[in-house]
Amino acid sequence: MSVPGAPRGLASSGQKPIAEILHPLSAAEEPLSPGPDVTEDVRGDKEAVLTNGTPVETSSPASASSLLNRLQLDDDLEADGLDLYVSTETRDLFVTVDDPKKHVSTMETYITYRVSAKTTRIEFDLPEYCVRRRYQDFDWLRIKLEDSQPTHLIPPLPEKFVMKGVVDRFSEEFVETRMKALDKFLKRVADHPVLSFNPHLNAFLTAKDLNKRQGLALLTKVGESVKHAAGGYKLRARPAEFCAMGEYLDTFNQKLGTIDRIAQRIIKEQSEYLTELREYGTLYSSWAASEEELQRPLEGVASSVATCAGALEDLSENMSQDFLPVLREYVLYIESMKNVLRKRDQSQAEYEGRLEAAVLRRQEDRTPMPVEVEKCQDRLECFNADLKADWERWQSNKRQDFKQLLTGMADQNINHYEKCQAGWESLITLLQDKQTEDKSGETN
Amino acid sequence: MAENGRQELVITDAESEQLAGERSLNIVVAEQGCSLLRRMEICVAEAEKRSGKNAVNMQEMFTVYLIETRPMDAVAEGRNPAPEGRNPAPDSLWRRYSEFELLRSYLIVTYPYIVIPPLPEKRAEFVWHKLTADNMDPDFVERRRVGLENFLMRVASHQVLSNDKILYHFLTDEHGWKEVVFETGFQAKADSRLRALSATFRVRNTNKRFMDMKHYSDELQSHTSQLLRARARVADRLYGVFKVHGNYGRVFSEWSAIEREMGDGLQSAGHHMDAYAASIDDILEEEEHYADQLKEYLFYAEALRAVCRKHELTQYELEVSSQDLISKKQQREELATGVVRSFSFKGMTNKLFGQEAPEQREARLKLIEELIAEGEDTVKEKTAECEEHVEKAWVDMQRFEEQKDKDLREALIHYAVLQIRNTSVEQCQRVFPQDVKLKPYPKVFLPL
Repeated sequence: MSVPGAPRGLASSGQKPIAEILHPLSAAEEPLSPGPDVTEDVRGDKEAVLTNGTPVETSSPASASSLLNRLQLDDDLEADGLDLYVSTETRDLFVTVDDPKKHVSTMETYITYRVSAKTTRIEFDLPEYCVRRRYQDFDWLRIKLEDSQPTHLIPPLPEKFVMKGVVDRFSEEFVETRMKALDKFLKRVADHPVLSFNPHLNAFLTAKDLNKRQGLALLTKVGESVKHAAGGYKLRARPAEFCAMGEYLDTFNQKLGTIDRIAQRIIKEQSEYLTELREYGTLYSSWAASEEELQRPLEGVASSVATCAGALEDLSENMSQDFLPVLREYVLYIESMKNVLRKRDQSQAEYEGRLEAAVLRRQEDRTPMPVEVEKCQDRLECFNADLKADWERWQSNKRQDFKQLLTGMADQNINHYEKCQAGWESLITLLQDKQTEDKSGETN
Repeated sequence: MAENGRQELVITDAESEQLAGERSLNIVVAEQGCSLLRRMEICVAEAEKRSGKNAVNMQEMFTVYLIETRPMDAVAEGRNPAPEGRNPAPDSLWRRYSEFELLRSYLIVTYPYIVIPPLPEKRAEFVWHKLTADNMDPDFVERRRVGLENFLMRVASHQVLSNDKILYHFLTDEHGWKEVVFETGFQAKADSRLRALSATFRVRNTNKRFMDMKHYSDELQSHTSQLLRARARVADRLYGVFKVHGNYGRVFSEWSAIEREMGDGLQSAGHHMDAYAASIDDILEEEEHYADQLKEYLFYAEALRAVCRKHELTQYELEVSSQDLISKKQQREELATGVVRSFSFKGMTNKLFGQEAPEQREARLKLIEELIAEGEDTVKEKTAECEEHVEKAWVDMQRFEEQKDKDLREALIHYAVLQIRNTSVEQCQRVFPQDVKLKPYPKVFLPL
């Protein structure tokens, strides 16, 4: 049974007889053109371009215009020679996550998101798909990818657990932030030359009902489920280039942490400033009440101050919603990357261990090199190559993301200052008009 | 109206070189009806620290201010030419803050119907955390110098006050001035606090306009002081916001060290964060001037209220002397007719001990007549005093109101201009300057 949306949450499935309610995880029956309750992303320019150049969908997945949007090439990326990995020319799989809806059942309440996919690949039966998925499903996908592609860096998911008392899991803000992160995650997977062909991704995008049950009980936490159990091999020396990666990750992690803390501190200070500023503005209004000639100027100042306060509030909110999540996402990314490095180390350790053992045995009784050792070597080389490729891609994405982030914040700041300026300028115009009015009155 | 005592202030930089102080502010005033300022240029050019013994013979540090005056016609005629140029050297003397206070006290007592311009604050109040409350702080001294000059300008351009002899002595006679001011005996004429307070509570008929004005002065005082306090809190918080941004500077620099392509951009961003964090000091320093303008009117409110209370006092004294006259006349009547209308001890003793002899009654009647005559003179005097005060005070209060409206309106405009300047996009600087890949993005960067 579904109930009408809660005051602060999202639109739920609505009131319908139970027979007509679609299973939240069903696909294809759902109309491809958006219903009246499609939540449109109205953020505008700031969100227009994501990591790999995919514009955020603002219209129905089925419409031609949205496809055209996606195929439009971003000037920036074309010019960037290093960003081969994110070139849109050869992309043939497009994915989007949007339209969050709350589902209430007797057992639990949860949110589902619409996951749309468009593709020309032959691995997919249809050119378009539309399914509903919940966070659990994304988590399942990620674990499956990690298990089946241990040599690759899997993009991170937003935090799984939220403290029930602290954060409202159904607030618009939280759901919006999470949804954007899920969208990013899926897009990154879809853009990855290897991961995007993973059958689990295919299932995720197309299946009516993800058959997750069988895998669930056996799954361990991300990072601990290493397919190739190293079995006690210890790595002696990590090659220099991977060492450098490790060091970079550690330092970068630290810096991100510091920036996060500073940003939070700024938000807090700004909020306190905002409180004082608002009160300050109202004092001008109360003064205006006891004045005659000065009433308009004082009211004018009060309203200009209020404008600035409003603009600052928007700015702080944007910082919370756009800036901090990206920082945190990269912290998670760093964690993932470190895990992959560790797995690589183990693969190397295993190979070296076996090799050593085999060499010793050959010395003893001329036993030829077992096939196992060669397989290990192959695996290791594969791993190294994959990792290096992923590393480059990740670096490139990171550069893009942060440039976008910082200039986005710059835009918002400029916007904020422009609003403040406009507030004050209108006051000056008001007062100067009055002055000329008075002057002409005097001469009469 | 030409003779309305308004000032046109023009600040000229050129003349400041000729004067002794580097930080002097030369104000040339041309205005009709202000006799003093027509004759001379006044400015408070410098401040200096001195040490000396105070009243209890202890060593103390204090600041003195250099007042420079120059007769206008001397400037025009080129009399007493200085060796360097055409302008003659100004006369100058040093004054302490306490001497300004003395002058002001004198003016308050001597002109109780004028809203006397206030002095800058004695101690720094409404401070936000970075500003010290130290009277010796150079910024405080500088602002006080400006405030003292402003005080002198206002007094010297006032139609009534500018003609005062004591003011002239203050400006020209360094050592003899105090003697002159004490000779006026103004301190004895000062209204006692008790009398003034008593008047406030017991006066019966006050002029409605004055009551309204008094009420307004309360409002003005309350609003300006609240505003000043709130502004100090806002300044404090804003300071915090800017300074925390400075932390970004360091972390961006550190981060830039581990990056290849992004390194330059991040380094640049870091520097600009530092610059941003540092900019708040100047911004808030400029705002202090606005705060000083508000403070002036906060103190002006007190001066306005003083005029209203003087009215209450004169009215009260008139009522008291009228009442006194009435009761004396009543006594006369009782004596004359022998009819006792009201209770009196004399009446009672008469009843108890018998009436007094006719000669005694004659003597007393004569005395009462004399007292009544005196009383009538007093009432006439008080009435005149009261009416004169009402008339003159009303004129000056009107003048004050116009001045206040004009000054505060200008102050608000300048405040708005200041805000615009400080949020100007031009203030922001570039980041990622070499990054042509980001061409659609604006080439400015603002701190987060």
